[in-house]
Amino acid sequence: MTTAIIDTSTANIASVRYALERLDAPHFLASTPDEAVSAERLILPGVGAAGPAMAALRANGWAEALQNEARPLLGVCLGMQMLFEWSEESDCALLGLIPGKVQRLDPGEAGPWPHMGWNTLTDFAVDEPLLAGLNEGERVYFVHGFFIAPGANTVAQTRYGAQITAMARNGNVAGCQFHPERSGSVGARILKNFVEPAA
Amino acid sequence: MLARRIIPCLDVRDGRVVKGVRFANHEDVGDIVGLAERYSAEGADELVFYDISASPEARTVEPEWVGRVARAIDIPFCVAGGIRSLDDARARLFAGADKISVNTPALENPDLVDALAREFGSQCVVVGIDSRVVDGEWQCHKNTGDPTKMSMEKRKTRDWITEVVSRGAGEIVLNCMDQDGVRQGYDVEQLSVMRELCSVPLIASGGAGAREHFRDVFKAADVDGALAASVFHKQVLEISALKDWLASEGVEMRT
Repeated sequence: MTTAIIDTSTANIASVRYALERLDAPHFLASTPDEAVSAERLILPGVGAAGPAMAALRANGWAEALQNEARPLLGVCLGMQMLFEWSEESDCALLGLIPGKVQRLDPGEAGPWPHMGWNTLTDFAVDEPLLAGLNEGERVYFVHGFFIAPGANTVAQTRYGAQITAMARNGNVAGCQFHPERSGSVGARILKNFVEPAA
Repeated sequence: MLARRIIPCLDVRDGRVVKGVRFANHEDVGDIVGLAERYSAEGADELVFYDISASPEARTVEPEWVGRVARAIDIPFCVAGGIRSLDDARARLFAGADKISVNTPALENPDLVDALAREFGSQCVVVGIDSRVVDGEWQCHKNTGDPTKMSMEKRKTRDWITEVVSRGAGEIVLNCMDQDGVRQGYDVEQLSVMRELCSVPLIASGGAGAREHFRDVFKAADVDGALAASVFHKQVLEISALKDWLASEGVEMRT
């Protein structure tokens, strides 16, 4: 039951690998779709800006391969944002696997920009498998300045000046706006739910 | 609602965690990974590792221990000390650090802040500032890890915060030097002034000695996080008990 971590050459790859190590979950880095053939599921990590990360996914064939991907796919932070259709941040097209666009967050009176720190998960979708064993109000670690407004594919939310899509799902494709690999026991449970789904 | 963060700071010298009083006379307080695991288990929201020997000796952080820490803990952490180039930063971030913090090298080469933000994103670029009053104005200081090399910059702290935020810094750690290590409370006056002009998350540093100090700096200076070292190393305060008490005082906490 191996997980391939798509090598986006962004900086949170080591953290994601170590989080899977702590769960004793087999995993490997895959630079190209061919390298990931043996994997049963995929994680798309990412931090930084959307434009360069999308260019990297196009260059190594991932952007095309993910259009027809049937295996479970989990995007993390920028990796989740790239699952959507369009980013205001780099004014660029994204993977388009989940309907919706990424826009700049305006926290207003809630605090400074970007949204950085431990915030609560709320508004759970019924039967979202990644949320098994978790309760509304538990906290995870967010670091982002752009966001996706809640829509039909939102399965968990948080609030920072606006309602924010914290987790989204469209069929086999899911994403976390926060960093499960850096979110203590709550994040570890979400990753465990992904790598060891209930039968 | 977003929680205020409690951030133990581990000053690192030669691979060990140390703590001095007013930046001098450092004493050994323990192993890096052991302390990181302890604080993580006790409920720390984030950790900062600051290699205090790095800038004065013109060398960079040894990434080896960064990877050991990243493997061991599941909360975010920041690595500071002597990061002078994109390569220095990349080595630490790809070893598993979530953020890197620049202090003296940013004062010497402000363009470094722009370059780091462009390359890795503002979310992982922290600017640390050591500040105290000189001639009636808060002024930045550099090379504060070594008393023989420490010097004052010709920069006002308020101007420097505005400048680095405009250059792409994603967070400011303001270390109020007159309070550092003496545990008499945070510099609420200075932090309140800087809060007004700092549009990114602001972390208070220097002076924590009692649980009331944390409450006061969150409520009066509206900082996003409070960093402390000796109160945790010396076990004056236990993190989970501190957070429970702060929550009972109306400070939003992850408990």
